[in-house]
Amino acid sequence: MDRLFDVVAVFSLVLIVWVLSSVRRAHIRVEYSVSWLLAGAVLLILALWRTLDDRIAAALGISDSFVALAIFAGAAFLVVLYRLSLRISGLKDSSITLAQQVAILEFKLKALNEKIQTPAAR
Amino acid sequence: MTTAMPAKRLLVLIPAFNEEGAVGEVVAEVRSAVPGTPILVVDDCSLDATRSLAETAGAKVLALPHHLGLGGCVQAGYRLAYELGYDYVIRVDGDGQHDPRDIPTVLAALQKGNCEMVIGSRFVDDNGEHTNVLRAAGIMFFRAMLRPILGRPVHDPTSGYVGVNRTALELFSATFPLEYPEIEALVVLQRKRFRFVEVPCRFRPRRAGRSTITVVKSLYYMIHVLLGVFVNVLKFEARRK
Repeated sequence: MDRLFDVVAVFSLVLIVWVLSSVRRAHIRVEYSVSWLLAGAVLLILALWRTLDDRIAAALGISDSFVALAIFAGAAFLVVLYRLSLRISGLKDSSITLAQQVAILEFKLKALNEKIQTPAAR
Repeated sequence: MTTAMPAKRLLVLIPAFNEEGAVGEVVAEVRSAVPGTPILVVDDCSLDATRSLAETAGAKVLALPHHLGLGGCVQAGYRLAYELGYDYVIRVDGDGQHDPRDIPTVLAALQKGNCEMVIGSRFVDDNGEHTNVLRAAGIMFFRAMLRPILGRPVHDPTSGYVGVNRTALELFSATFPLEYPEIEALVVLQRKRFRFVEVPCRFRPRRAGRSTITVVKSLYYMIHVLLGVFVNVLKFEARRK
């Protein structure tokens, strides 16, 4: 069982280093890295601080503290994914509106240019 | 039936994505059915010659900078039509399935003024012979689902042959379902207490290319539309409280 906690600790560290490295190379914007870093940090703390896991497991009525950690990890990643879904939905809406506006402006600009270039309009 | 109409009042909107095999002919048919009426092809970032063929055939083209899907494409056309002050917009699909000779029928129903939207229906006069079994089953399902929501029957809820007046145009240019718009648009309309009527229209097999609808896509379509309708109903209930 201890080995599983160690695996989670290593996984959390890899996640944190990976996300920080992506932020440094500008692959992820800082505001989108916060959720991942927070989830990784909390997971790391829970993986290293066993007594805390035991207390959480007891509070939740779970006999195995690793199951409590796994539930917490699952919940944390679900929250992160949900937040990302919200962001993606917002960005898609913005992107659609922007594309429509660009197309409409181009259409009007083209119509205006045609009007200007028509000799009768001069 | 060929009818001359005031130039500014009606716009024929043709959403198109990779329809080079049909769009030119559709534009020509629309010009023949309603001479002098402006035609706007909304090109959803086609990879083929849709845009140039539409322009050559005599349509104005609203070219989207990236692919938005049917709802986003149609809404772009509605937005432009609203900004340009059109009173009526009739949508005809770019694949040639909608017979443009029925445009005057749809316009006449709109001009009567007793509704905000007119649906060109395959089934009002039992002329739905070009519908396959899968689609027919889906239509029956959506008919049954929509009846209690709309409070009245709708024969052809998935028809894209649709005319709107300026009131509906204002609504749809601000709020329009983005992926599979026809059924959800009916619910949006109902929640605003707008009315619709159905008129019989001729539908034909698509002129070129082939439908990309598969069983999996049909299932996805049904789930997506059900969810969209459910969300629209919830939105309305929340506002009412």
